[in-house]
Order: sequence, then structure tokens, then C-alpha cells
Amino acid sequence: MTYVNKPVRKTDAMALVTGKGVYVDDLAPRDCLIVKVLRSPYANAWVEEIHTEKALAVAGVVCVFTYKDVPQNRFTLAGQTYPEFSPYDRLILDPHLRFVGDAVAIVAGETEAAADQALKRIRVKYRVEEPLLDMRRAKDNPVLVHPEEDWEIRVSVGGDNRRNLCSTGCEEWGDVDKVLKECRYTVDRTYHTKANSQAMMETFRTCCYLDHAGRLNVLSSTQIPFHVRRIVGRALGIPASKVRVIKPRIGGGFGAKQTAVSDVYPAFVTWKTGRPSKIVYSRYESQICGSPRHEMEIRVRAGMDEHGIVKALDVYTLSNAGAYGEHGATTVGLTGHKAIPLYRHTEAYRFSYDVVYTNLQGAGAFRGYGATQGIYAVETAVNELAAQIGMDPVKIRELNMPLEGSPLHGYLDSEMADSCALDQCMARAKEMMDWDAKYPRRDMGSGKIRGVGVAMAMQGSSIAGVDVGGADLKLNEEGTYTLTLGCTDMGTGCDTILAQMAADCLDTKMENITVFGVDTDTSPYDSGSYASSTTYATGNAVMRACEALREKILEFGAGMLEADPEEADFDGEYVTCGEKKVSLSEIAFAATCGNNKELRVTRNYSSPISPPPYMVGMAEVEVDTQTGSVKVLDYVGVVDCGTPINPNLARVQTEGGIVQGIGMALFEDVRYSARGAVMENSLMQYKIPSRLDIGKVRVEFRSSYEKTGPFGAKSIGELVIDTPSPAITNAVYNAVGVQFRELPITPEKVAMAILEKEAGEKG
Amino acid sequence: MLKIRNYVKAADLAEAYELNQKKTACVLGGMVWLKMGNRSVSTAIDLSGLGLDTIRETEEEFVIGCMTPLRALETDEGLNAFTGGAMRESLRHIVGVQFRNCATVGGSIFGRYGFSDVLTMFLTLDSYVEMYRGGRIPMEEFASMKRDRDILVNVIVRKRPLVCAYFSQRNTATDFPVLTCGASLMDGNARVVIGARPSRAMAVQDPGGILTGFGEMTGEQKEKAAEAFAEYAFSAVAVNGNMRASGEYRALLVKVLTKRALRAVGGMGNEG
Amino acid sequence: MKVDFWLNGVRRSEEAQPDTLLLDFLRSRGCYSVKRGCETANCGLCTVLLDGKPVLSCSVLAVRADGKKVVTLEGLQKEAEEFGAFLADEGAEQCGFCNPGFVMNVLAMMKELEDPTEEEIQEYLAGNLCRCSGFAGQTRGILNYLRYKKSQGKGASKA
Repeated sequence: MTYVNKPVRKTDAMALVTGKGVYVDDLAPRDCLIVKVLRSPYANAWVEEIHTEKALAVAGVVCVFTYKDVPQNRFTLAGQTYPEFSPYDRLILDPHLRFVGDAVAIVAGETEAAADQALKRIRVKYRVEEPLLDMRRAKDNPVLVHPEEDWEIRVSVGGDNRRNLCSTGCEEWGDVDKVLKECRYTVDRTYHTKANSQAMMETFRTCCYLDHAGRLNVLSSTQIPFHVRRIVGRALGIPASKVRVIKPRIGGGFGAKQTAVSDVYPAFVTWKTGRPSKIVYSRYESQICGSPRHEMEIRVRAGMDEHGIVKALDVYTLSNAGAYGEHGATTVGLTGHKAIPLYRHTEAYRFSYDVVYTNLQGAGAFRGYGATQGIYAVETAVNELAAQIGMDPVKIRELNMPLEGSPLHGYLDSEMADSCALDQCMARAKEMMDWDAKYPRRDMGSGKIRGVGVAMAMQGSSIAGVDVGGADLKLNEEGTYTLTLGCTDMGTGCDTILAQMAADCLDTKMENITVFGVDTDTSPYDSGSYASSTTYATGNAVMRACEALREKILEFGAGMLEADPEEADFDGEYVTCGEKKVSLSEIAFAATCGNNKELRVTRNYSSPISPPPYMVGMAEVEVDTQTGSVKVLDYVGVVDCGTPINPNLARVQTEGGIVQGIGMALFEDVRYSARGAVMENSLMQYKIPSRLDIGKVRVEFRSSYEKTGPFGAKSIGELVIDTPSPAITNAVYNAVGVQFRELPITPEKVAMAILEKEAGEKG
Repeated sequence: MLKIRNYVKAADLAEAYELNQKKTACVLGGMVWLKMGNRSVSTAIDLSGLGLDTIRETEEEFVIGCMTPLRALETDEGLNAFTGGAMRESLRHIVGVQFRNCATVGGSIFGRYGFSDVLTMFLTLDSYVEMYRGGRIPMEEFASMKRDRDILVNVIVRKRPLVCAYFSQRNTATDFPVLTCGASLMDGNARVVIGARPSRAMAVQDPGGILTGFGEMTGEQKEKAAEAFAEYAFSAVAVNGNMRASGEYRALLVKVLTKRALRAVGGMGNEG
Repeated sequence: MKVDFWLNGVRRSEEAQPDTLLLDFLRSRGCYSVKRGCETANCGLCTVLLDGKPVLSCSVLAVRADGKKVVTLEGLQKEAEEFGAFLADEGAEQCGFCNPGFVMNVLAMMKELEDPTEEEIQEYLAGNLCRCSGFAGQTRGILNYLRYKKSQGKGASKA
């Protein structure tokens, strides 16, 4: 292999580092109308009267739309395969406003100043109702977030808008209560994770214009072009065939852009006015009406025998969907499905859940997609068990973790751990951290104590039986290839790694492969880049396309040589048969003249299984016992993602995920005021890690080989955010003996808990 | 969004003062705070043409022009030598270098922001503001004054020999402080300033004379005095809660940081 | 109001409103490298050089550029390519949206700090947020670049 498993530079790298204008707002036509949205000041209110005359009178204001102007078909903004698991609970504008920040009206102006001025001049009379802000009281609360008759969900996930339920369910295997009763050691604890904001550097944004055929062109910073095509069509009440979606370079996504947050507003404006328009969300809007991680409360009952074998897990997740149900039913599933199978000896498990509506910002997809929350809870519960039994938490995991060929209890998308090097990951992490020397704590004097902590994690590789990767490959006349994709590179480098695969499959140089994407008019269908699917699913599609095109080239060349294809050979440059040979460019040129055989193929790949990648994370923290500050000194991550197609990009994915995880563990929090307004509504208030907040982050790979993956690869994108929260929680516990069950672990919480503990010990 | 109707680059301070008498006028500092608000400014007055962006050091004092960026204070060798690096320590956590190249000392001090590291630091020193009309005013007095329409021209630091230290507690490295604490030892007596309470920084009075003669004390006496004063500050300094921390936690930090700062200026190391 | 200034070495005379921010002013004049990541002066994406110093163009009035030299990444393409290659060789450019501001500040740091330690580098760049890379790859790229510059001899091809 020339390219696969090599640290190849990203094909767009130099354009990005030199600051070329390759993003939505750089490419938007200069004469775009500026679209702005009036946001609800109330968490639960109805628009009783709305007057737009004064707004329309502002010079430069082109249109003002209210709920009276929009189509009445409900839809979801969730970027999911049809039929979506998310309820159709939205209108472009709805007289019922369900959270602080919900859309009241749409304004478009020739300038930003005009649009801003118009927003101020819209007069609204609201009927304010009592909001439902506490997820624990949401189920069967008399305050209904979605009382409407036309609320609909097309897949049975237990949703019921009359009960504020977005989804509910229970899965059981064995008699979990009986096994728990038999266990010598048990814990029954509830863990609380908060909403987090993806805070990708490029906020949500979309630009729209009509083309020569009167079709709506949507240039969007999105992870889900093909879903946006369907969603915009449905929202506007027009055929999806009238919608074309183009994804340029995008400034990060992390799941935020798996929801079509910003698309419908300019789409509606352009469709109505015929004029190009764009919306660029402010950071404020991205924080208050984006698509953050679901807040969850997870109760874990776990049982262990006297030898440290985890026998039973009972997980109940309460998930806060907020005002709209995007990704609610699906994220919750991962809290069990990706956490319970980490323990191979379980004899019984139960996984049950409720996803509830509240009058808060609607949640969405965020890297990890529920697995992050579930793994935090289960890993912390197991660490609590380890403390109870007095065993090293690493030892507990060595006894219980999935091994190659062992069963994955509770994992619905593969019965067995077919490819798994988690044991090697643990061994290597232990070495890198010098665990045995550092566990559990070291007193550094002056009130500083260092502790180490551990957690492991798994994720999936694409949604089994659902996700479709697509690749379209053609030979150009000079003997180069064009690889057209429908997956969405969002900085992750999938355009590059798929070209690496193609180059190796075609025995050619990467320079000979032009990657194009994404344009729903020309790209092959692809579900999009989410659910850790692209390397695995689209990678397989690329391999199939290459294989098929090679056969066609071989046949074509053999035809030119008047040879039997069975006896000919294609080495990437020449088709040969005995002494005779014809070059690829000769074949390519021949194919452009008097030819009826296409040297072009499109291939799909959808997998019936979702092979999990695995990871071990270990944190060393230093706690200042007086101020409560927790400093991450060192974070070690050892990953089994199968074959890393591009070790540099896999490493940076891992480092980036770990650092986001550190933010989640220690300070990232989306909190709401008493009236339901987001408090962390800017990057001044919502603190993401700076380079001074993270200590050393060290990453290595221990690779299994996944037979069903391209070149043995599995996924990496999401897995890497899962370990920091439990590992850091464990490290803090090991340092100072205080067990936290809520994130983030802020200095104040630590200082106060230490004081309380000391008071308890004295008293 | 900030709206500005007129922009005037003042030719001299007299003109700036004149323009600033209108309530809707505004003297521009570094703009980092101003531009975040929704103010409508009739006349924005820019002092950047008046040569007020330098730090002059004389035998007796430092004269710091109001337009001096925080980054210049942070990197000024004279100020850092004089404060033993405390000046740098008080500034380096503020967002980032680019931010500190914009934000000015005049804007920071004139605003008398509760979260201000800068105000805490200057209160720790023997410092003054020089107002265009009001003349020289001790920093402590200025800090408690109401905003008026005068113009802050210079910040003055008198070079009274001192030892000083600066500490802050933050939830993340470049966030606003949860609490700030400066301490200095001048003429043998120690002084402690607490800021980000979250209201304005204040010097902690020492009615019991716990810190009198701190410089002359033995190590053990210093230790006791630091402990005692930290306990005193814990009960005497008014603190409150805000988004970043509760009042209860801030009170705890008053104690911890006061002790650390006093130990630092007492030459007992800065830990513990 | 009229603003007479140098944009990437070219003398310009342009009109700006009194409240136009330098960031919007520059983008409207084709400097698309200048990005906005927040409205609160926290992200560093809009970093440009004003008379040689890195500043947040979101917090500078365009009229204050009068008489000054403004440099954006469009004016430092050679340097951006040179340093950017080291970033690219780590895969640390990722989505690229924070790159222009980050590269600007790295180049400013190279001018301001002589032979910076890793700690000094982290502190100098703390105001440049990045949500993709986790920073470690950026640091590796910078350290490799510094080694390269050292091996090239001091001051070689400095901006």
C-alpha cells in the first residue's frame, strides 16, 4: 500500500492554511439579502397578534414573514434517513413558541442594518404560558410542549406528544434483578450530564439562490446535504427535485450540522422573493437556538462478584430533548447500546429510557451521540464498584473488557467483538501513564494532590442496516479519475482518506484522483457524515467502485488488445496480455471516441453490522485542594480504530475529541435562567478549552483488523470524546476521595466537596 | 450592536473634554467591551492621536498613558522589575495577546469593572489616576467614585519600594477571574486587595493592625499573621455569587488567596 | 468617513461608516481570510496585524486604521504557505476556519519572541481557539517550523 496507513497531507490543506475563501459566507453572492430571525423572549408563549407594517416600512427591508405566511406541513430538522426516527414537530414559523430563542418571524433586508432595524419594529403580542423547564417533571406534566393535533412520528419509538414523550422503551436480557441480588457488590447511582454546545468555529449558515431553471440552490454548511434536500422540500411544500444542496468547505460540525438548523429560513426567503439570500448565525444564536448535546440523567445499577466480575447492568436514561425532538429517540439508544457491551461477563442487563420534551433549546447530535453520556455513567459506576471492592480499576477492566471473539451483550449491531484490540490498548495506556507507579494518588505537598483515572469506550462504525455510503468513479480522457462523493468532509479529511483508498485500489498516484463533493445534483446518494460512518461505509463504497471500474478498464483494454479479459491484467498503468499492452491514457482516449461502454461506476455500501472501535483513556490530574482547581496534567488515549487510514488525521481526531471531552468534564455547561434563557450564550460565557487548559495529550494506536472494513478500518470520529469525563471523574476521586456524579466538575464543586468531606471526617 | 453617529479623533484633550460633556458621547478605549454592547453613541472620541500610549519611567514614578495597551504593561521591563513580575501575572490571563493589544489601561481603569484584574493590580500599588480636570486622584479613591464626564489621561505608579504578588482564581485559564487578590509590602506594612468579588476591587482594611510591621516579623509570626488576616478577610470582605461562582466559594477563595499572597510577599513561597 | 491606510502593502483610500468594524470592512474589500467566530472578542479568528501588532479586527473601528498599515493573511501568502505546510504535515489544519487568525498570530509571535519555549508559545497563542485539533498537532507543527527556521538561519525569509 502506497497511501493507506500513511500520514498523507489533506488535499485541501494549503487552501485552508493560506486563508482562501472557500466557506459559505466567502462564496455567497455579493447581492444576497440578509436574513434574520426574530427570537422568542419566552419559553412557552403564543403569538396572539403580530404586526409587521412598521418593519416593512424600514428602508431596504424586502420582506417580513410570520407564521401566517408559511406552509403547514410539520417536519423535523434531524438529518436522518427517511423515515426519520425524529418526530415531525416543527413548522418554519409556528404561533406556539416553545423555548427562549424559538423563531417568531423572518426578515430579509438589503443590508444587515436594515434587517436589524426591522426586527426591532415588529410588534408582537404574546400570550405567555407557564413553561416546563425541568426534565424530571416533564413526563405526563399538564403543560404540554407539543399539544398540536398534527404532531407525527413515522417510526414507532414510543413517542407520545400528549405525555411530553419523544420516545420511551425498554430492552431486557436475563433476569437483571435476580442477578443483581446475587452480586456481592452493587451500586445504584444516578449520574447527571449537562447540555454542551458543539461550538464549531464556523456558526450555522446557509445561502440560497434560484438557478436558470428556477430551482432552489442551497449552499450550506452542513453534514447532511441529501437530508437537507428532503427537509427543505418538505418544509417549503415543494418537491425535493426542486432543491439542490451544495456543501463547500465547512468550519467544523461535530454533529451540530447533522440538524438543518439554519437552512429553512433563507430557503423560504429565496423561494418567495426569487432573490439570493443568506443567513449567518451569530455565536449568540448558535448558543441559544442551535442543537446541543442532550442533557441526561442516567441511573445505573451495577453488580459485581467477589472476584471483580461485572455480572449485571441496569441502565435507565432520562434524556432532555428540549422543545423539539431532533435525534432524541436515537441518541438515547446509544447510552445503553454503547456502554453495556463494554462488560463481557454480564449475565443479565436492562436498558430503559424516556426522552422528554421541555421548553428549552432543542437538543441534537453531538459527537458521541448519547454514547458519551452512557459510557460516562456506566464507567463511573464500575469505578465506584472498584472502589467498593478495593481493586484497581484497571484490573477490573482487564477482567471484564471485550476481547476478540467475545460476545457484546446489549450491542444490537454485531453479536461478537470480531476485531478488538482493547486489551492491547489497556496494556499500552498503562505503560504510557506509568499507572502502577501513579495509582491512586501522590501528595505533592502544599495542598496539591495528583491522581490518575481510567475509562474505556466503544462506539460503532455507521448505523447498521441504515446508512448508505456512495461513491461515483469515472475515468477521464487523460487517464485520471474523478471520485464524486456524497459524504461531507467537515475538516476531518474524509475527502483525502477516501482518495488514499482509491489511489491504492487503482494502483495510481493520489494526484491522479480528483475528489468532488458535495452536490446533490451530481453526487451519489450518501447518508452524510455522521454516526462514525464515512471511513467505514463510504470507504467500502469507494473500494467497490474502484474494483468495478478496474474490471471495466481491464475489459476495455483487453478489447483494444483483442485479448480475452480473463488472460489480461491491469496494473494501474497498463492493460497487458502477454507481450501486448495498452496504456491507461490510451484506453481513456479510446473511450471518448465511438464508444458505447461507460468507464464510470457508482457503488453503494450499507453494512448489516456496525463494528465497534475501542479506546482506553487515562487521565492524570492535579487537584488544588484549597481552591478546588483540577488541572489535567496528562491524558493518554490508546485507540483501536482498526487500520488508521491516515495516522496523522486519526491522531488529530483523537486529540481533538479528547480535548472536547476535557471541556465537557471540567467546565463546559449550558445552563438556563429561571425563565428558561441560556446563560452561556457566547464564547465569553461558554468556555471551551484553550490551549492552556488541557495539559499534555498523548495518543497511540493499537490496531485490530476489521475484516469488513476498508483495508481493515473501523471508525474513529466519535469514540474519542467518550473517555475523558469518566477518566477525569475517576482521577479526581483517586486524588481526593470525592466522588462526583455530575458534570462539569468545576473548581467550586471540588472545593466545596472537599470541605464537606473534611467536616464529615471531623464530625 | 454598537452604533456610532460621529467619530472624532481629538486634536487635544481640551477638545476631547468638551465633546465628552454630552451624555451620549463616549471616549474610546480599546473597544473590546464597548463594541459588545448595544449603545448608541453620538460622538465617539478617539484619543489615539495624542501620544498617550506610552509608559514613561522617571526616578519617582511610572506615568502610563491612558491609551497604553494592556500588552505593553505586561511586557514593560521597568514595571515588571518594579513589581517583581506581578504586573505580568495580573494581565497574562486576560483572553489573549491580540485582546491585550487592543484593550487599554485607560479603558480598564476608567470602567472600574468588577472583574478587572487591572484595577486589582493597580490598587495593590501606590497608584493614582490623572484626570484632565480632576487632577491626580489616589486609585483607591477613584475606584469608589461614580463615573463622571472627566477624561482619564494617565495612570501613575509611584515607585515606593515594595514587594508585591498577584493571584487569581479562574474557572478556565483565560476566563474572567472568579476572584483576584493582590498583596504588597510597602514601608514594612502589608496590604491586600481583593477583586472580582464579583463587584469592584477593594483594599482590605486592617483595623486590628494584624499586618502592621509584617515585613519585620519572623517567619513564624508572618505565618500566623497571614493566617489571621486571611481569616479576618474571609469574614470582612463582602462577596457575592454570579454565573461563575457562588458567594460561599468566593469567601473561601478570599481566605485561600489572601494567605497565599501574604506568604508570597512575606518571602515564604507562594504556596500553602 | 475617509480612511487612508495601507492594506497588505497597498495604499488605499476608502469610505467607512464611523461604526464599521475593521473585520467587516476588510471582508467587504475581499479579504475573506478574516473570519468571525464570536461577537465577544474571545476566539481570535479575526486576527490581523495593525502596524505590525496582532489585534482583533472585530474590536477595532475601521476608521482607526487611518494612517496605519493593515496586514491580513492575503498579504502574507508566502509566509502562510511556509508555516502552513508544517501545520498540514500534522493534519492539524482540520476544518481550517480558525487557521487564518491562528497563522497570523503565529507569524506575529515569530517576530515578537525570540526562540520561544513551548510554554511561551502556548501563552502567546492562548487567544486563538480551535475546536477541531485539540491544539497538540498545532504545537507539533509550530515546534517543527521553529526548528526548520533555526536550521535556515536566523531571520531567513521573515516577513
